[in-house]
Amino acid sequence: MNGRGPRTTAAALVVVAALAAAGCGGGDDPATGGGADGRVTGTVTVFAAASLTESFTRIGRDFEAANPGSTVTLNLAGSSALANQINQGAPADVFASAAPRNMTTVTEAGNADGMPSIFARNQLVIAVPRGNPKGVTGLADLTRPGAKVALCADQVPCGAAARTALDAAGVALTPVTLEQDVKGALAKVKLGEVDAALVYRTDARAAAADVTGVEFPESARAVNGYPIVALKDAPNQAGARAFVAYVHSAPAQAVLAEAGFQAP
Amino acid sequence: MSRALDIAAPRRRGRVPAALLIPAGLGLIFLVLPLAGLVLRAPWTTLPQRLTEPGALTALRLSVQTATLATVLCLLLGVPLAWLLARVEFPGRRLVRALVTVPLVLPPVVGGVALLLVFGRRGLLGGWLDATFGVTLPFTTAGVVLAESFVAMPFLVIAVEGALRAADHRYEEAAATLGAGRWTTFTHVTLPLVAPGLAAGAVLCWARALGEFGATITFAGNYPGRTQTMPLAVYLALETDLESAIVLSLVLLAVSVGILVALRDRWMAGP
Repeated sequence: MNGRGPRTTAAALVVVAALAAAGCGGGDDPATGGGADGRVTGTVTVFAAASLTESFTRIGRDFEAANPGSTVTLNLAGSSALANQINQGAPADVFASAAPRNMTTVTEAGNADGMPSIFARNQLVIAVPRGNPKGVTGLADLTRPGAKVALCADQVPCGAAARTALDAAGVALTPVTLEQDVKGALAKVKLGEVDAALVYRTDARAAAADVTGVEFPESARAVNGYPIVALKDAPNQAGARAFVAYVHSAPAQAVLAEAGFQAP
Repeated sequence: MSRALDIAAPRRRGRVPAALLIPAGLGLIFLVLPLAGLVLRAPWTTLPQRLTEPGALTALRLSVQTATLATVLCLLLGVPLAWLLARVEFPGRRLVRALVTVPLVLPPVVGGVALLLVFGRRGLLGGWLDATFGVTLPFTTAGVVLAESFVAMPFLVIAVEGALRAADHRYEEAAATLGAGRWTTFTHVTLPLVAPGLAAGAVLCWARALGEFGATITFAGNYPGRTQTMPLAVYLALETDLESAIVLSLVLLAVSVGILVALRDRWMAGP
């Protein structure tokens, strides 16, 4: 559904770059490093944002299949919690964040191995109960009298994006709650406690059994980039670089697109 | 009654065995060290400025108010429940006692979801409350009180029931012999008798309500001034600014320790 050509090209370029980097540094850690053929063994510990749960579970399995002898362990949580854990010395190999800000926390602390790269983008939709019983078509409908809306808190990425989109649309909205994360906002829709919530397209798609995602034009003004980076103190450095490269590869990008992410 | 207990209480008999002293000391360190970590990491230079931020004070006020209201609600419902469990024989009493303690083991977030399923807009009672009285509880301060009460009441019930079981039945029997009804006996004999246990239970209950997070954010949501209590403010501060989160935690800690110590001195004549 998105333009396939440019994305694939960009991904291929990054793969080449990352493989070159892996080739240079691959011999650093013979205990858990890659073999001469570029294959990776050992455990790769990936700290990934909660919104990547479904897609990274699949990507992790595909990576294991492509690299026999490797195991991908996922630690899924809010990006800021993960950034804190990494800066406090958690033994992680890769960090995939839902927002550049949390990535900056890690790079500024000097814990990244090289520059982070954006591997996906996510956009907001209006999540409404399945079938859209109240006929919501845009942000302006959320200010109807009596309409209950959940937003993410300004401190978390989805809340900051919602604020940008609402400002862009010139809509003054008073939510009933500012949720701690996007899954919390989505849960309030699922349970029928609110009429709508602003969540990521990927979250709405993952909850398609209970929730319908209504696209709205202003969300294009608040697109969220997802950066990924190998970590400096990674116990498995070769594995870390190979995983980062794999996430940019065509098969992984296809998984992300299927989940509703846009190409970087 | 308490004097008799004092006389019977064991005095110092020889040295404290190391087998008890060492684990006791380790236990104390384990509990106190994380608090020391908070104090050590606190940004003391910017503390006054961070403290006077309006958001912090609003959240603190809301926390103290809701925890107090929750304690009152727990006293009104929990003391009779504790009395029932301690004084009345009825079939299924053990089951009821087990049910009362369920919120203790339930993850508070699950408690919040359970509350939504009952008091939410589409809940078992919520829809009826809304249609009949126009009352909706989620996303309101009343919802915060309800969530805190749900999580904190078992602490009160267990403490008061324990006090009732330990209290001397003969005073109540004497009152009954002298012609007092069960209600008069309860208000004039039983309650004064278990007052220290009741106060201890109420304080525990208040402290648990003050720190409540999971059920509150799930059931009542998070909105500044209405449902954002101190623990919720701490959690969100953690998203952006670790130092702010530490300051807010310290405030919550100072207020709760201060009140607990004051209450202990006044109402619970502990050693």
